[in-house]
Amino acid sequence: MSLAAATSDPAAASQPPLVEISDLTVHFRTPTRQVHAVNGVDLSLERGEVLTILGESGSGKSVTLRTLMRLLPERRSQISGRVSVDGQDVLAMSQRQLTRFRGRTASMIFQEPMLAFDPVYTIGEQIAETVCRHEGVSRREGLARALELFELVRIPSAQRRLANYPHELSGGMSQRAMIALALSCRPKLLLADEPTTALDATVQIQILLLLRDLQRELGMSVIFVTHDMGVANEISDRIAVMYAGRIVESGRVEELIGAPQHPYTQGLMASRASGAQRGQRLEAIPGAPPDLAELPQGCAFAPRCPQASDECLAAVPAARGLSDIHWAACCRLPA
Amino acid sequence: MPIYFLKRVLYVIPIALAVSFFCFSLVHLSPGDPMDAVVSPDAPSEVVAMVQRAYGFDRPLPEQYGRWVLRAVQGDLGLSAANGRAVTAEVFSALKNTLLLAFAASLIGFTLGCVFGTLAGYFQGSLLDRLVTGIAVGGVSVPHYWLGMLLVIIFSVELNWLPSSGAGPGSSSDWNVEWAYLRHLILPAVTLSVIPMGVVTRTVRAMVADILAHEFVEALRAKGLAERQVFRHVVKNVAPTALAVMGLQLGYLLGGSILVETVFSWPGTGLLLNNAIFQRDLPILQGTILVLALFFVMLNLIVDLAQARLDPRIQRG
Ligand SMILES: Nc1ncnc2c1ncn2[C@@H]1O[C@H](COP(=O)(O)OP(=O)(O)O)[C@@H](O)[C@H]1O
Ligand code: SF4
Ligand SMILES: [Mg+2]
Repeated sequence: MSLAAATSDPAAASQPPLVEISDLTVHFRTPTRQVHAVNGVDLSLERGEVLTILGESGSGKSVTLRTLMRLLPERRSQISGRVSVDGQDVLAMSQRQLTRFRGRTASMIFQEPMLAFDPVYTIGEQIAETVCRHEGVSRREGLARALELFELVRIPSAQRRLANYPHELSGGMSQRAMIALALSCRPKLLLADEPTTALDATVQIQILLLLRDLQRELGMSVIFVTHDMGVANEISDRIAVMYAGRIVESGRVEELIGAPQHPYTQGLMASRASGAQRGQRLEAIPGAPPDLAELPQGCAFAPRCPQASDECLAAVPAARGLSDIHWAACCRLPA
Repeated sequence: MPIYFLKRVLYVIPIALAVSFFCFSLVHLSPGDPMDAVVSPDAPSEVVAMVQRAYGFDRPLPEQYGRWVLRAVQGDLGLSAANGRAVTAEVFSALKNTLLLAFAASLIGFTLGCVFGTLAGYFQGSLLDRLVTGIAVGGVSVPHYWLGMLLVIIFSVELNWLPSSGAGPGSSSDWNVEWAYLRHLILPAVTLSVIPMGVVTRTVRAMVADILAHEFVEALRAKGLAERQVFRHVVKNVAPTALAVMGLQLGYLLGGSILVETVFSWPGTGLLLNNAIFQRDLPILQGTILVLALFFVMLNLIVDLAQARLDPRIQRG
């Protein structure tokens, strides 16, 4: 397979990170209110690394991913901060530069694979189209690449499947096809927005394993978004926990799952069904995430936090380092 | 796929028979004796009987229908009760003019409708959108005869730029792509185009806005397509529905041009029907409605087949 490694592992350490996000904020203007979807996020991703952004629905995970590809509606969104991918300043790109960047340097797989394909073109055509667009090859060469990709993502009777329309594929098959599409131009960065959430449990595991194998085989960097801690544990090198548009804790999987420090992360752990002992009551985090149009002062988790005190409401808690990589933003932790 | 096509084509036969039966019954459903139009009420009874035999009115109804259909299939729709000329020739020469007018009106209406609808759909909620929607609503609600007369007053009476009636010099069979004829076509075509313009604008606007909100459009952008290429996808998604609506509109134009043809004395099927009604010329009425209805049936067939070809989700079994 000729798709191997856009990057190679050994050199990774000396290279600058593939993705650097600093102080990113994203606000949406609606006629009546201003939604503060992302509020000062700092993130970086090493080459060949898999980072999971973990959080409840509505915490700003998808918005963060879309900002990395500038996919948000320009007229309604206000973005500030810095986003750099592979040395390119994403927020400063022209439309022309963007079309060359998307699908080639970075590509994305979506939560609902069935909805992510154009229903009136065959799957093969839609993959070939991407290859033609970025590599200037003929339609036939594009289709030949699509066939290779289908074999790579282990779609049975690949040749026949290429001629299928999206509605003729099952959910799991569409997600494989979506992965094939995303990998078609050997991207350095793969963004996966809850790629298994819409699938059946058994299919979920297959897709997860496929993604992990492909990531290792191709040496890609991946940002994976999920609200499922089990999935995060399965696939990531590092986890960043997001709450109300901020990263509240971040660290290596072992550190974060083994010894979560932020009360929100601890709550997430406790509410996991598989983490609960037999006969033990499942402890979900009481309450709901805050309204992003009216964020509370200070720590956004305070209304739900069992350890909240007046100190928490004074200012947004700063990050406290717990190891070289592990940190959490909670004022209960030693500074 | 071929089976679907074959089924759809064969389906036309019962529809056509039903249509023909309806047209045939017209004569017997309409008030008054069909003979009244042919012979004067005080004609001697032998004359009436002779004419009755000539027209076949003395036979039992099923036989009359059978004969009528057999002759119709061979292209013989009988003779006009008003002037004795062959109905087929009358209807087809009028149909040619009606088609000309309908195509001209659809060319204007569909082009504007597609352009307006696409713009409004892309810039939903903008000032442009509201303007276009206003035009579309106006187009659908303005009465034909009112608009027709308004245009005549402005462009024929006041400005004296365009003729107010007829299809051009000489008999309509001389029609040619020349200014002398085209200038006659402009006002009726514009008048007739406003409804399809409004309907197509609204359909295309709704479809474009709907498609743009689909997740796959974001996915197309995410894979690096330029906006122009994304637009191609949007068009292919909107096309089946838009085409179906346009096909139906074209059908309505054929039947709906009665008022416009009357206002502008355009020698088409509408004017023919109008005159036939006043003269109680039942063979003409029958023949014209039959031909128009069959035309409509064929148009529907074409639209269905085109739609099935364009949209892979329509069952192809
Ligand atoms: N295009 C948009 N316009 C307005 N609000 C948006 C838009 N996209 C997302 N939001 C809002 O931003 C917040 C974060 O959404 P999202 O990133 O999708 O959450 P999640 O973590 O579930 O992926 C939500 O409150 C959502 O309503
Ligand atoms: S800062 Fe306070 S409210 Fe926020 S998580 Fe820590 S203890 Fe809870
Ligand atoms: Mg999301």
